[in-house]
Amino acid sequence: MNKMEKALHELSEMDDLAALSSPIHRLHPAAKLITTILYIVVTVSFDKYDLGGLFPMLLWPVLLFQLSGIPVRTCFYKLRIVLPLVMAVGLFNPFFDRAAMLTLGGVAVSGGVVSMLTLMLKGVFCLMASFLLMATTPIDSLCAALRRLHVPGTLVTLLLLTYRYVGVMTEELAVMTDAYHLRAPGQKGIHVSAWGSFLGQLLLRSMDRAQELYGSMLLRGYHDHFHYAPIRAFAARDGIFTIACALCFALLRFVNVGQLLGGLVMR
Amino acid sequence: MIEFQHVSFAYEKGREVIRDLSFRIGDGESVGLIGANGAGKSTVMKLMLGLVSGEGKILVDGEELTKQNLSLIRRKLGFVLQNSDNQMFMPTVYEDMMFAPLNYMLSREEAEKRVDAVLGRLGLQELKYRHNHRISGGEKRMAAIATVLAMEPEMILMDEPSSALDPYNRRLVINAIRELGQTKLISSHDLDMILDTCDRVILLSGGEIAADGPAEEILRDRALLESHHLELPLRLADK
Ligand SMILES: Nc1ncnc2c1ncn2[C@@H]1O[C@H](COP(=O)(O)OP(=O)(O)OP(=O)(O)O)[C@@H](O)[C@H]1O
Ligand SMILES: [Mg+2]
Repeated sequence: MNKMEKALHELSEMDDLAALSSPIHRLHPAAKLITTILYIVVTVSFDKYDLGGLFPMLLWPVLLFQLSGIPVRTCFYKLRIVLPLVMAVGLFNPFFDRAAMLTLGGVAVSGGVVSMLTLMLKGVFCLMASFLLMATTPIDSLCAALRRLHVPGTLVTLLLLTYRYVGVMTEELAVMTDAYHLRAPGQKGIHVSAWGSFLGQLLLRSMDRAQELYGSMLLRGYHDHFHYAPIRAFAARDGIFTIACALCFALLRFVNVGQLLGGLVMR
Repeated sequence: MIEFQHVSFAYEKGREVIRDLSFRIGDGESVGLIGANGAGKSTVMKLMLGLVSGEGKILVDGEELTKQNLSLIRRKLGFVLQNSDNQMFMPTVYEDMMFAPLNYMLSREEAEKRVDAVLGRLGLQELKYRHNHRISGGEKRMAAIATVLAMEPEMILMDEPSSALDPYNRRLVINAIRELGQTKLISSHDLDMILDTCDRVILLSGGEIAADGPAEEILRDRALLESHHLELPLRLADK
């Protein structure tokens, strides 16, 4: 298997994860979608120096990992390519913001370092939350839920097709890299001189395939919307889950839980 | 009924790949479309389906193919693409097979019944919940044929249905095709299969009809076939 096929394989493994069964998997997709969005909004809204306040937000993903039976390792393994990028976002903060903010064990920590850590955590938390959503909800149910929430059909179809076409592109890329390496043995990667034609070909081939795929959808009666497998109705427990999560997020956001707990322990 | 009236088509300006083509396929006929690589077989099918459009008239059941009635006409036609990779776009075989029946407003139960019936007929029950990109090329081909059969179209167009199949599956497909009561147009280099499934053969050459007649007759004509890069079907060559 070459790298691309591996990537493709991983993508399809997401489908497998999503097909597992657990209390979280069984929740209504809309409940998961709404809580995930809330979670991300709340997480992002923390002040850039509020590291202590942000930290307890970790509870939610941890809880979901526990309940869904999805290994944390899998999450970080799959996100290994994006994680460093997200982490890199705050990397320069320590250079710009040198004013000492607090002292930890006698060492002064600058505001830049704190805000860097906060940014990194925010990124990691949001990624984990999105991963959990995708890993516990099949893309089709997610789309069906979006439709239920009255998101325009075109947008939902766009989402679904993008998800599918990523697979098509990776497949093409895999075939092409294999073909390249079979005729360039011993070469690592693809030589710079071939990048242009390689990318051009990839684009053309993916477009051709996308077009044929779309043609074959039309030939089978496709009319600007998909027929998603019906999802069950939104039940009481989905509502309870959503409201409970929302309350918890609010609590974590507006009450300084760290300080509260700290205060209790100190006493 | 499909009719071509003086149809011409070029992918690139000045290079016609279909030249003034006229023929007619009646209801219930099964026609083999043969010819060398690049003769225009796939293009003829694409024209029929309105995937590309050229000059001249194409009539389906007496109605001219236009942009307006395209979806109505397509509903009558089931097409097995030459490349199954480009045909299957849902994650699993099952979902792919459900796609057309659902679009044609069947209920889920009815659609599923149909899917199961087709899978049973082709002996593919085992493939039902497999992922499309995790099955072999031949399995994919079988699945692609199954998706089209699940549509229950009035006419079936198949572009190289037997390529990539092992002899056992090829035989299954041949039998399945023979059992179909619909009008059939099958393009293939597998002349033995054409002989087994078709009564009539159209031989294309450079986008024109080089011969059109009973399968038994054309497929026996060694000189004609060989002048078009083809060989006698094995079954006939033995004799
Ligand atoms: N997308 C395209 N753009 C330009 N030319 C094309 C395209 N597709 C096919 N052609 C050309 O049109 C001609 C007919 O192609 P077509 O695919 O119909 O042949 P075919 O009879 O199906 O061949 P095969 O047996 O190899 O499948 C060929 O000369 C081919 O090079
Ligand atoms: Mg062809």
